[in-house]
Amino acid sequence: MGSLKLNSIHKSFGSVDVLHDIDLQVPDGEFVVFVGPSGCGKSTLLRIIAGLETTSSGTIEIDGNIVNAQSPTERGIAMVFQTYALYPHLTVRDNMSLGLKQAKFPKAEIAERVNMATTMLSLEDYLDRRPAELSGGQRQRVAIGRAVVREPTLFLFDEPLSNLDAALRVNTRLEIARLHDELKSTMIYVTHDQTEAMTLADRIVVLNQGRVAQVGAPMELYNNPANMFVAGFIGSPKMNFINASDVGSSKAATIGVRPEHLSIDTKKGDWKGSVTHVEHLGADTNIYVNCESAGPLTVRLFGEHSYETGQMIFATPQANKVIEFGADEATLQ
Amino acid sequence: MLQNSQMKGRARTLAAHAILITYTIIALFPVIVIVINSFKTRNAIFRSPLSPPNSETFSLVGYETVWNQGDFVLYFQNSLIVTIMSLALVLLFGAMAAFALSEYRFRGNSLMGLYLALGIMIPIRLGTVSILQIMVASGLVNTLTALILVYTAQGLPLAVFILSEFMRGISDDLKNAGRIDGLSEYRIFGRLVLPLIRPALATVAVFTMIPIWNDLWFPLILAPAEETKTVTLGAQIFIGQFVTNWNAVLSSLSLAIVPVLILYLIFSKQLIRGITSGAVK
Repeated sequence: MGSLKLNSIHKSFGSVDVLHDIDLQVPDGEFVVFVGPSGCGKSTLLRIIAGLETTSSGTIEIDGNIVNAQSPTERGIAMVFQTYALYPHLTVRDNMSLGLKQAKFPKAEIAERVNMATTMLSLEDYLDRRPAELSGGQRQRVAIGRAVVREPTLFLFDEPLSNLDAALRVNTRLEIARLHDELKSTMIYVTHDQTEAMTLADRIVVLNQGRVAQVGAPMELYNNPANMFVAGFIGSPKMNFINASDVGSSKAATIGVRPEHLSIDTKKGDWKGSVTHVEHLGADTNIYVNCESAGPLTVRLFGEHSYETGQMIFATPQANKVIEFGADEATLQ
Repeated sequence: MLQNSQMKGRARTLAAHAILITYTIIALFPVIVIVINSFKTRNAIFRSPLSPPNSETFSLVGYETVWNQGDFVLYFQNSLIVTIMSLALVLLFGAMAAFALSEYRFRGNSLMGLYLALGIMIPIRLGTVSILQIMVASGLVNTLTALILVYTAQGLPLAVFILSEFMRGISDDLKNAGRIDGLSEYRIFGRLVLPLIRPALATVAVFTMIPIWNDLWFPLILAPAEETKTVTLGAQIFIGQFVTNWNAVLSSLSLAIVPVLILYLIFSKQLIRGITSGAVK
């Protein structure tokens, strides 16, 4: 069991409000990712759920009980930190078992749980090493193991992959996804990386300046963003925003087109412009175009294409993929 | 070009070594003079104070005097009790105060930190008269407790200042991981934070220990009785207004270097060993 409910959480540090009226319900077993730019309050929200930070107002419910006054241990959560936060003077085994020893579990059960976690994370060979003797990826696996052995109601991840290099990041990401499939526990994951959010989440919570900008499944956010912030944050390269009056659209203030929903033709099309830069990524080609009417645009084409800087081309959006935003930046239905 | 820069590098190394060696000689010179002269006859001390003892001038008369006259074993014991007890209290209370200042947000936190650090700038000896009055009133004159209390107060400001700076450097994540694992605040302090600031503790220990061991002022004023004399005070019995037994003075001072040297070696080993590596990337 591990359902979570946040009721109008508000947090301020002194006179600075960092979280405004956050409401959220997470059913048991769901993988929820908090994503947003740095400073949007996502880590603070996670720390409030963990019990490491108090709320200014609002309640936190875990499995239907209000836990505001409970310590992190009483809440039955486990947390994985960005900096791993392993105890440097303890071996991998002791790092994993400290929490259980503290809770006075019988020795046999501690050993069994540590065994299970080490097998799951293939850490068998490192049990008697200290954190200093491990690589970054191994340390993060130990940190995840330390969370797993506690069999928590809630797993909390605070940017666990940020300190790893690109290749390890993909591996560890897969490992976390596999872990969720095996354990079927509720997981809450904070990241600023939208790729991690899109690949891991059952549901994504996009936060902007301490408010929830949108909650939804990854593809829902991609296809139907609620506002310009979500539209710009989800997807890479970023969505193109075009001043609607420049291209003669009527009701909207701004229109948005994703780079992958634009096509390019050398002879005819909607928006005429010149190529300013071309990026070849192998699988994709990103073309930056300065259009006469629509302004600067990014176009993402699949496969290899040869366009030259300065070349005149026409960009055309796919008809049903254009999203219209009103003057208040919200999406027009 | 390459050779030129290599030469430059070598010249720089040589210059650095020359400066360091000069400094070492200056710093060690008085100590060496004391030690070599403590093994010489009185005449030899005055005739050629800088020459090491030879078969003609070698004499242990100073050490014999120290052994026979005055209760030096007791003085050493007193000095050690006072130094070690004060050191333990300074480190314990200093670390606890530093933990509170660096770890918890409370009203007046920085004001409290400033207040606790104030003692670094104001010498405790300015308050000698009041301290003496307090000790007389509480009946602690001529006890080692009086010295321990004063030295603890004297050492705390620097300890709190240095240790709180170090504790701020320890990652919050590590302490939070401990909280999630169910460690109490005392265990986080004792089991996580203290081991990580061991180098800082050793630094504070060295800086606190040496002035206490060497102090003459407070033992002379607060505990001059025979049974509470410290080594530095004990050595004074050989210094008279008209006649000074230099052999004995030098011998007792040489002996006084030994325990503090041993303590220093213990702490400096801790000082060099940094075990924080690997805690946090």
